[in-house]
Amino acid sequence: MSNQFAIDIQGVSKRYGKDVQALDEVSLQVRPGELFGLIGPDGAGKTTLIRILATLLLADEGQATVDGWDVRKDYKQIRRNVGYMPGRFSLYQDLSVEENLTFFATIFGTTIRENYDLIRDIYGQLEPFRTRKAGKLSGGMKQKLALSCALIHKPSVLFLDEPTTGVDAVSRHEFWEMLQRLRQKGITILVSTPYMDEASLCERVALIQKGRILSIDTPANIVGSFDKPLLAIRTDDMYRLINDLRQFESTHSAYPFGDYVHLALDGPIWAEAVHAYLVGKEHTGIEIKPAEVTIEDSFMELMSKE
Amino acid sequence: MKQLLIFIRKETYHIFRDKRTLLILLGMPMVQVLLFGFAITNEITNARIAILDQSKGEMSRNIIQRFTASGYFEIDENLQSLSDIERHFRQGKTKLVAVFPPQLEENMKRNVPAKIQLVADATDPNTATTLINYASAIIGRYLQEQSHGQAVPLAINTEVKMLYNPRLKSVYMFVPGVITIILMLMSAMMTSIAITREKELGTMEVLLVSPLRPSTIIIGKVIPYIVLALAMAAIVLLLGAFVFNMPIRGSLVLLIAECVLFVITSLSLGILISTRTETQQVAMLISLMALMLPTILLSGFIFPIESMPKVLQILSNIIPAKWFIIIIKNVMLRGTGFSFIWKETLILLGMAMFFIAASIRNFKIRLA
Repeated sequence: MSNQFAIDIQGVSKRYGKDVQALDEVSLQVRPGELFGLIGPDGAGKTTLIRILATLLLADEGQATVDGWDVRKDYKQIRRNVGYMPGRFSLYQDLSVEENLTFFATIFGTTIRENYDLIRDIYGQLEPFRTRKAGKLSGGMKQKLALSCALIHKPSVLFLDEPTTGVDAVSRHEFWEMLQRLRQKGITILVSTPYMDEASLCERVALIQKGRILSIDTPANIVGSFDKPLLAIRTDDMYRLINDLRQFESTHSAYPFGDYVHLALDGPIWAEAVHAYLVGKEHTGIEIKPAEVTIEDSFMELMSKE
Repeated sequence: MKQLLIFIRKETYHIFRDKRTLLILLGMPMVQVLLFGFAITNEITNARIAILDQSKGEMSRNIIQRFTASGYFEIDENLQSLSDIERHFRQGKTKLVAVFPPQLEENMKRNVPAKIQLVADATDPNTATTLINYASAIIGRYLQEQSHGQAVPLAINTEVKMLYNPRLKSVYMFVPGVITIILMLMSAMMTSIAITREKELGTMEVLLVSPLRPSTIIIGKVIPYIVLALAMAAIVLLLGAFVFNMPIRGSLVLLIAECVLFVITSLSLGILISTRTETQQVAMLISLMALMLPTILLSGFIFPIESMPKVLQILSNIIPAKWFIIIIKNVMLRGTGFSFIWKETLILLGMAMFFIAASIRNFKIRLA
């Protein structure tokens, strides 16, 4: 069975019990060698989708293939050829860094030396600690070790389930740099994350919410699809500000965004008009500036449409 | 093959790096043997008894003297009247009262049947029976000596010979029993948490998304624990031999080989439990609670299977411990060879293979 996509998902649904619809007719395709992001809040269904692709769960409906192999029938071939890194740190804490890596290399029928090239960048940083127990590593180093273990058999497709959750900002940055380098080596990567800012680091992303795909596109196109004027506003009373803005007649949406509130407007409106409105509402310390649209704004917009 | 070897190595690391658990695993058999050995015993020494001697003759004096000389009894009080007996028992001071009637000596001389009454506190029936047996034996032996030379018509003397355990030492019963129970429960417990631990830690997820076969995982989990369980068996056997003078009359090699077989049976039963459970706690509860009672009650360790109701007798056949106790008693006490226990060995082998096959079948190749 040949297939031009590295990952091909067609109408996959999954329920847990009667009430929880984890995935609702999800379809998406990932091209070979692509770095694809699965972006969505907690509970959106990201982990379920990755587990179905990693052959750990069976979908209730729909079909999916990885490297042309069916996730239900050909699970043995998939397990031999993909790398999987679960969301929770899942290595042996009482084994040393080197013992963990040797174990995973051996069960995939290879050796560390054979595929050392692939993990040199990542594992190189861990080598000074190779006799340290995995449980005693820092969060960032654990992720690097887990990634090394998932890569040691040179997989064609790599599934990463929230690899940067609970990792400090510097390690997160490093981690994404590693993913970029892996992509250059031709490995297809499907990575899930709840962090919107990481979406722009992917080639294409799927925004997922409550088991449904809201949009699949390049990060630039998703940002570009946001067609409303956007202002960033701050005053001394942020809580009241959101409520007041939501009652403003031209307001399309108002969401907190860092230290500011992002205000999307239904039509071209002067910032002065907003300023005047807020003064009328007795706000002080008003600061209004044009805002650059981020993927998070688009995501909020897509979510509110649902 | 390489996969299996690295898996065994990984499991061995888990076992030896968890020092506290290792200490408990090896310390537990020791504590159990010593507890069973010293606390649970049917032998009685220095039991306190009371005497109501109404005959006050030479004969009663002699018997009383033999009571004290035997080492089993210690005279607590000499009672004065029959009404004292009840009071004495109520105070809970003694378990046994021997009553010598007033005409004891005259009756004996006139060849009229003489009666000595033994009154026992049967709130604890086992102790009461044992005390009565000891006391009757002492009296019986005394009377036999007295009648020496005189013809005692129609008297039949039974001569009892206790084979293999002439002194009826309870250690001969409990050492095989304790080995069996420890090997059964500890082995099942160790492996039942071995797979559920991987499920709880999330490492099972990673193992599943790999070319590892279920059979490799299961066999790789069983093998390292065989060594550990054998170390436990060795501890119990050594303690039995050196602290309680338990003999090993049969071949040591055969004994060890049978232990290995039984350990594999128990370990695979533990694995089977862990393929069906999700958390370590549940697995441990099942392997300890659900296995403990049948193993102790239906294995013939404490209660003889022959005297159980038919249903329980049939049920006892599926308890692996029953067969192992038969084997180990034969080898240790009777010193019999393999030709006498091949049937039991075959049954255990069949059970082990069944458990392993069922584990591999039940092994979940996916989550949920």
